[in-house]
Amino acid sequence: MQESMKQKALALLADGTVDRVLGWKKGDFVYDVTPAVFESTEEVERDFTFSVFCGSNLSKYLVKESRKEGKILVFFKPCDAYSFAQLLKEHRVIREKVYAVGIECYGKADIDKLRDKTGATVIHSVGEANGTLTVRCFGGKEHTVPLYDVLLEKCESCKSKKHPVYDELLGDEGEVVDDCNRFDSVAKLEAMTPDERYEFWRGELSRCIRCNACRNVCPACTCEKCIFDNDASGVAQKAAADSFEENMFHIIRAFHVVGRCTDCGECSRVCPQQIPLHLLNRKFIKDINELYGEYQAGADPDTRPPLVNYNTGDVEPSIVYERGGKENG
Amino acid sequence: MQVKNEFRPKIVAFCCNWCSYAGADLAGTNRLQYPADVKIIRVPCSCRVNPLFILRAFQRGADGVILCGCHPGDCHYTSGNYYARRRMTLLFSMLDFLGIERERTRVEWVSAAEGAKFAATMNEFVETVTKLGENKRLEDLRCKKA
Amino acid sequence: MVNVRPADLFPAIAKLQKLYVPDGSQVSGTELHKPFKEWKADRDAPCERVRTPKDFFFPQTENLMEFKREGKTIEIVDTRRETEDFVIFGVRACDVRSFSILDKVFLADPVDTYYKNRREHATIISWACSPESMRETCFCHTFGIDCADPEGDVAAWFDGERFYFEAKTEKGTQLLDSIKDVLTACDEEPVWDLKTAIYQAKKELPLADLTTEGFTPDKMMEYFSSEKWGELSEACIGCGTCTFVCPTCQCYDIRDFDTGHGIKRFRCWDSCMYSDFTKMAHGNPRVSQLERFRQRFMHKLVYFPANNDGEFGCVGCGRCLAKCPISMNIVKVMKALKEDDKT
Repeated sequence: MQESMKQKALALLADGTVDRVLGWKKGDFVYDVTPAVFESTEEVERDFTFSVFCGSNLSKYLVKESRKEGKILVFFKPCDAYSFAQLLKEHRVIREKVYAVGIECYGKADIDKLRDKTGATVIHSVGEANGTLTVRCFGGKEHTVPLYDVLLEKCESCKSKKHPVYDELLGDEGEVVDDCNRFDSVAKLEAMTPDERYEFWRGELSRCIRCNACRNVCPACTCEKCIFDNDASGVAQKAAADSFEENMFHIIRAFHVVGRCTDCGECSRVCPQQIPLHLLNRKFIKDINELYGEYQAGADPDTRPPLVNYNTGDVEPSIVYERGGKENG
Repeated sequence: MQVKNEFRPKIVAFCCNWCSYAGADLAGTNRLQYPADVKIIRVPCSCRVNPLFILRAFQRGADGVILCGCHPGDCHYTSGNYYARRRMTLLFSMLDFLGIERERTRVEWVSAAEGAKFAATMNEFVETVTKLGENKRLEDLRCKKA
Repeated sequence: MVNVRPADLFPAIAKLQKLYVPDGSQVSGTELHKPFKEWKADRDAPCERVRTPKDFFFPQTENLMEFKREGKTIEIVDTRRETEDFVIFGVRACDVRSFSILDKVFLADPVDTYYKNRREHATIISWACSPESMRETCFCHTFGIDCADPEGDVAAWFDGERFYFEAKTEKGTQLLDSIKDVLTACDEEPVWDLKTAIYQAKKELPLADLTTEGFTPDKMMEYFSSEKWGELSEACIGCGTCTFVCPTCQCYDIRDFDTGHGIKRFRCWDSCMYSDFTKMAHGNPRVSQLERFRQRFMHKLVYFPANNDGEFGCVGCGRCLAKCPISMNIVKVMKALKEDDKT
């Protein structure tokens, strides 16, 4: 895949279709790939990479990049393409400035899981062949592990291998994954008692260090000035000083992307404290699906998002008191 | 006089200007009783209330928060309360998901003519929250008086 | 040199002082020092890989004072509580060095009394690395740190059965003295073997050859105006991960929190990556992410050593290498700037 992407980038740069290429640049170790804009064929030749560690979503960079001179080529995995489509729907990206190339994807690896699974300490290299990763470590030790076992959370419950929008596809056109089971983890929590849920979330959210990585990486969070950075808002905070602020930040952040979150899973991927933030977003998505009808942000350009829409016969908020979940014991 | 140290909840009631606030007014002029623990905040429309309002009320010491607006279909701005309904449904569901007592939040539609309903709703809500006790799960310790 | 079995050691210290040890019960990768309860001897205890022990002296948030108004008078309440003496066990060499870097900031005039107070109450038992505790992201050697022979009040080595101790300071000697009943005198040979294994493993690290060569104060303007910053910073999402996982980042903000019945003045970590960092009445001195990004790395590699006798503001712990959402980091910056040098 890397080779055909590289060829595509080189060809389009050379014939002047695009002026820049947004892709991934290789780093010092195998897994530390960085999103990068390539401006010349030499740069692409030298640094362009695509591997099992290219989990990051490039769509948000287009908010800025599509406002610069010239056209930019961008590579999208299916989940990234949903984010792109959603940004188009919100008029945050200028479509004409972007040449979107969809690439097929069979899941990306999580370096932390890889380390846990193999017990590898100093990782020298990771090879990939036929869905198996080979990790070479200090002292020449080798571990092999199926990619399937070390997928990023977002890939474990991949919702779609189809690109909702693209100019060109590399590889096969995929399908929406109907049995992705991505709501199972939400349902598991819903089935608990409120006390258990409270304990669970305190345990998770109390680890938050308010680095804002979840917010800043989120393709749906494209406000010029976030309410939590705005001194005049009265809720600006640089560090969550207590549990209330931890709750408030994460509830409000998740709420602000309701109906716009495509469930790309970047928030959980980047969280240095491994907080399962995607569960908050998925809870909202699950509720929307159950209460207002199936809705997938970024799937199509026309449907009205659920929070800027209504039916006169919508359920009353009191439904919350009646729905599932055990009572406290 | 020694006041018995029993728990009295603080309740914040967001009331829309056109229906519920007038409903509360009517309850007053009709001399219908509802607890003084209910503090009313007037908003132009129920959909003016965003989730931060609710959370901030809890932060500042509320033990229960209730939102009152025009009956669906009767919104002064045609559709404001329909949007509010969706938002609050999702927010309350999220609070429940985080293990915060779902009975602390509520939405009730109260028209300008329903003074009696307003008083009854508030009485009932105060009772519910009193049973739940102090808001511990969504409190900000810094705002508590020592 | 003395040695002791973990089963004897920890209860002995915990009897005398508050003791913090690396706690393995956290979510993998998010370990923290926690008050000692029991020691799981069967594993090489994990060190902090996200949070850092700087929290002991410079916590993410702390209340500085409170203001209370009664009528027309304002009362200022000092909320400081005298802390008790405590022992932090198992701080890695890189993190120990970070304390002396923080000292240069907080203990220089004007002295930060909040920091000083906690610093004085602490005794630090450092812990030499092992080939298993290293990661490919380690580069403490770049800054002259010897992870086989860490600084601290007491240095510790672990051979799987016993801890070997060497007191490095007066405080350390006192601590060992206070638990001498459980200690056994021994010769240094077992520690030599451990050290040899560590040096061997270090040589094979991917960043073994990284040096600070070229990062001298006279290069300040040259590096500052380097063309490379644009390219390096373009992917930066402006989050604070690198600064909050950094053991040496020491910037903070002081804010007032209105509680509704008074004011709590608190300080909390700040990040030079944030858009409102050092915002003043006229606005922000660094308006683009490029400038903010440059500030962080220039500070660590050039400004800090220029003001502190050549001591760099980085200890090579590798946390930012592992945790940056877009994998941009100080090593990539150093390499890119050095490339500039060559041409």
